[in-house]
Amino acid sequence: MKKLSENASNKNYEEPKETFGAILAQMKLSSLEILPTLLAIAAAFSAGAVLLLITGYSPIDAYGAMLIGAFGDKFGIGQTLTQATPIIFTGLAFLLASKSGLFNIGIEGQLIVGGFAAAIVGIYFEGLPAFIHVPLALLSGALAGGLWGLIPAILKTKLNAHEVITTMMLSYVASYLTSYLVNYPFKAPGWVAQTTTIAPSAELPRILWPTQLSVAIIIAFLLAIAIHYFLEKTKLGYEIRAVGFSPMVAENNGIDVNRKMILALVISGAIAGMGGAGEIMGVHRRFIDGFSPGYGWDGIAVALVGRLNPIGTIFVAILFGALRSGSMTMTRSVGVPLDIISMLQSLVIICTATPTVFEYFTKRRELK
Amino acid sequence: MEGTPSSFFSFTNVAVETRDIVKTFPGVIANDKVSLVVRKGEIHGLLGENGAGKTVLMNILYGLYKPDSGRIFVNGHEVKIDSPATAMKLGIGMVHQHFMLIPSLNVAENIALGREPLKYGIFLDMKKLLHEIREFCSRYKLDVDLNASVYTLPVGVQQRVEILKALYRGANILILDEPTSVLTPQEVGELFRAIRVLKEQGKSIIFITHKLKEALEICDKITVLRSGKVIETVDAGKTSPDELAEMMVGRKVIYTFEKAQAKNDEIVLKVEGVKALDDRKLPALNGATFDVHAYEILGIAGVEGNGQTELFEVLRGLRKIVEGRIYINGVDVTNQPPAKRLKLGFSNIPEDRHKMGLILEFSVEENLILGEHNKSPFVDSLGRLNSKETKSYAEKLIELYAIKTPSKDTITRFLSGGTQQRVVIAREFSRKPKLIVASQPTRGLDVSATEYVRRKLVEMRDQGCAVLLISADLDEIIALSDKIAVMYGGRIVAVKDPKKTNEQELGLLMAGEKIE
Amino acid sequence: MIELSDIVNLGLFAAALRMATPIAFASIGGVFSERAGITNIGLEGMMLVSAFAGAATSYFTANPWLGVVAAVVAGALCGALHAIITVRFRGNQIVSGTGINLLAAGLTAYLCQIFWGSRGASASVQGLELVSIPLVKDLPIVGSIIGSHTPLVYMMLVVTILSHVMLFRTRLGLRIRAVGEHAAAADTAGIDVYRVKYISVIASGVLAGLGGVFLSLSHLNLFSWGMTGGRGFIALAAMIFGRWTPLGAFGASVLFGLADALQMRLQALGLLPPQIILMIPYILTVAVLAGVVRKAIPPSDYKPYVKE
Repeated sequence: MKKLSENASNKNYEEPKETFGAILAQMKLSSLEILPTLLAIAAAFSAGAVLLLITGYSPIDAYGAMLIGAFGDKFGIGQTLTQATPIIFTGLAFLLASKSGLFNIGIEGQLIVGGFAAAIVGIYFEGLPAFIHVPLALLSGALAGGLWGLIPAILKTKLNAHEVITTMMLSYVASYLTSYLVNYPFKAPGWVAQTTTIAPSAELPRILWPTQLSVAIIIAFLLAIAIHYFLEKTKLGYEIRAVGFSPMVAENNGIDVNRKMILALVISGAIAGMGGAGEIMGVHRRFIDGFSPGYGWDGIAVALVGRLNPIGTIFVAILFGALRSGSMTMTRSVGVPLDIISMLQSLVIICTATPTVFEYFTKRRELK
Repeated sequence: MEGTPSSFFSFTNVAVETRDIVKTFPGVIANDKVSLVVRKGEIHGLLGENGAGKTVLMNILYGLYKPDSGRIFVNGHEVKIDSPATAMKLGIGMVHQHFMLIPSLNVAENIALGREPLKYGIFLDMKKLLHEIREFCSRYKLDVDLNASVYTLPVGVQQRVEILKALYRGANILILDEPTSVLTPQEVGELFRAIRVLKEQGKSIIFITHKLKEALEICDKITVLRSGKVIETVDAGKTSPDELAEMMVGRKVIYTFEKAQAKNDEIVLKVEGVKALDDRKLPALNGATFDVHAYEILGIAGVEGNGQTELFEVLRGLRKIVEGRIYINGVDVTNQPPAKRLKLGFSNIPEDRHKMGLILEFSVEENLILGEHNKSPFVDSLGRLNSKETKSYAEKLIELYAIKTPSKDTITRFLSGGTQQRVVIAREFSRKPKLIVASQPTRGLDVSATEYVRRKLVEMRDQGCAVLLISADLDEIIALSDKIAVMYGGRIVAVKDPKKTNEQELGLLMAGEKIE
Repeated sequence: MIELSDIVNLGLFAAALRMATPIAFASIGGVFSERAGITNIGLEGMMLVSAFAGAATSYFTANPWLGVVAAVVAGALCGALHAIITVRFRGNQIVSGTGINLLAAGLTAYLCQIFWGSRGASASVQGLELVSIPLVKDLPIVGSIIGSHTPLVYMMLVVTILSHVMLFRTRLGLRIRAVGEHAAAADTAGIDVYRVKYISVIASGVLAGLGGVFLSLSHLNLFSWGMTGGRGFIALAAMIFGRWTPLGAFGASVLFGLADALQMRLQALGLLPPQIILMIPYILTVAVLAGVVRKAIPPSDYKPYVKE
């Protein structure tokens, strides 16, 4: 009779799954089928429906309005995709850091500084032709975000400071810092806390008039594919994944663990920064204080629900984008407060974090 | 009428009995109708190879597992043991192979855990506790410092704490699971003395082991398990090692290992006066010095905890050296990162393959290229992985080393322990290394896997490799090594020719005794 | 002319103690949870939910003490949720905590809109009254610092001491530490590991709840969106800095409270742009983690525990 994994027979408690990456990998492994994800989403929406009922709204009207608003017409679809765009960036950013075992919850801050850097380059480097100006601005956004990821990376690898707290704190710092900058030195004349508009040569062209959808979404798609390729088909990606699953084994086999962690976190920040840049260059065309309604947080949710898979991330990002754009219609027509969205999102995460009842029972049987 | 549950007879001399216990796990029958009778005041040995089902049976007795079927009797009454708490109430105590002690708590706290005496209902009554435990210590002649934090204590003393723990809970039946695996021969002697005192006090002992000689020395009766079944129960005085071995393994076992003569060749690994600290910043290596030549297996004998783990880490570059030097093929690699050493042809079988050897979430293929993954032909100049090359390499190794996996893409977590070890070996040995360091390479493996690993190590040696074998299994060291270095207290205290020494002498050296 | 004594005076230290309160509560909660082997990243969310529950209850009943009770219940429920996910279902602790944070943010904003028609802030509510300790408040220096505060501040001091005693001198505390450090050993000793973990995590929720309700019923007398301002995370830093002991966590919280109080003073004095000043506590937290954490080993193992 075939003897299964040693783990099954003698131990009566589970093997340590130490790294965050390993745990999330388990999620991916057992759920390459989308069924559990769909179940989680369904569960979340059901819970949301209950909440709506309790607070006096009809779930059918609410969800219906959301659907129509999100996908009903060209404007709706454009809005959906526009809202989805920065979330794809932040989702990918979180995903990449996670692959190396690091929990980058400061992507909001990295997004913001990226947006700001792009705005500055967009404003003050006029006279450049668009085909130089645009990449330059995008790059500076990535650089700023990368820098914002470098700081916690070094703190983690050299000083063992937990990246959950440091990235979170830096997120606040980013928020306040840019707020200061846009309220004082870089403020445009007028009441609003924003900069002047960026030069036209730094704008990302819009692709679906009259919506705000810009080329940024194309960049996001390409980035997703690039990341997938990077992780699966390149040496660095392989090493990052190794580090994420088991730093000790990786080190024992010649991989420089610290360097890979730093690399992952920096790239992660850079992606988020690029997302911020895309948002500024494509949608707002100037830096506005508080322009991000929490894209960083959405990114975390999206990456987790998308099972840390770049393609999955895109789909879930579009779902979240639909929630956001549809919610505006919903609020207008049915009157449900906008925050039902963030609740639905967080419910989806919680439902995803909990291994499904099905998985729970199969795991129990294995160990007995 | 032994063991008959009965309300007429309140006295029976059977302490505990199991009848036809069956326990299965997915894919394997761990206990196949196991029946065992242990009398009061008896030292009963449970003998078998790794995976024979001994620990499973004892876990059932201790309430950690529930049997699929079968009956258990304690003192003549049938019982259902559904938790350790129940087991303890029935007077069954267990000393696990891997100690169940809380490192940062002190001895007294550990002993009392779960049965702490209270003051005013919620506060710990330490005075009362200490008083009670001291009583036990003197009654059973077990000497321990009650206020010491457990992590500072040597292993032999920790074991005493475990025994006291069981006794404090009123154990009359003590299960000892492989108690000697972490002890020197001298500490084993002390343990046996303690066991005999317990027997005098009327306790029954179930002694689980895979070591024949020990079973014969200490036990009154021995039950041999093989593949989940009871082969036979015999009187220790009326059997012999050969007989027991045959029962355990099912065939005649040959203990000597055929191997060619070693050649005396160049030095591949040179370790000079190496000092290093362990995780607790205490000295672990205190000036270790030795050489390993090509075509040679140097066995490092020693009880675990004398610096072997740190030695491995220091050799691999996972731990800083405070003083001293390490040379591989003449190149100074002191404190260089692992990558450097890999380049010099240094392969390793780590003692914990899950922690250091394999990435369980990777596929077999991905694990097989680990370490080589940044070289051509696996990687091109742009840093891309060449999947054709990795695929053919993986398939070649799977065939060459007979790795029993459904495919190269199988996630390594799902393979059996022996197969996982083969993946490690396949990867490490295919690099055509000049130096192999193997640490506890056969731990946790069944008989055939063990033989395979040992055979392969000798093969590598015959091809010119320098092999450093670190093992707590003295038989393994004696069988495989061309030279034996004894490690004690972080240093090499002696180097012996296996043909000119014996277990006794080695045991003494391992315990720090000087011989001359 | 602004003098140093306008900034650094006894009032500052009294304010430091005040602002330390929410952080200390949450931090000690974190200590309990982590000592039992469960990381609680969701302290921020638990504080927020409880702040809201407290404010809402006080608004509808005009009784701030009922608000405190509601906050405690809310915190306990959040703790229970985290416990169920991480202990019962062995879900990932960090993901669960993050989910709770996000859920809290959304839920509170949603309900705030429902109750008060504005997602930003509630109407002002009846908060807890200041109390003074007779005799103490007249003591020189000390009296000015601790003589007169809202009740939760004193509760925090009491909780700190009780927690420390509890963790190191009582049976439950011993078991919590045992379970967190080596769950299997505790199990074989006959301890109900699941129960101990549940208690610890729910306790952390309760304490976070007290910390949160301080913000809405003492510091300010209303609920406002995101009013916890990262304190739940700062509490984690305080826990690490305090080496996972209640007294240590308290001490570290006072440090962070000082930064918070300082920041408020500097803002009031208008010396620097507000945003710069607001950054201070966060930069301090990072600095603390960078400087201190080098060899901080948490006293637990975080393996999800599975009992046969």
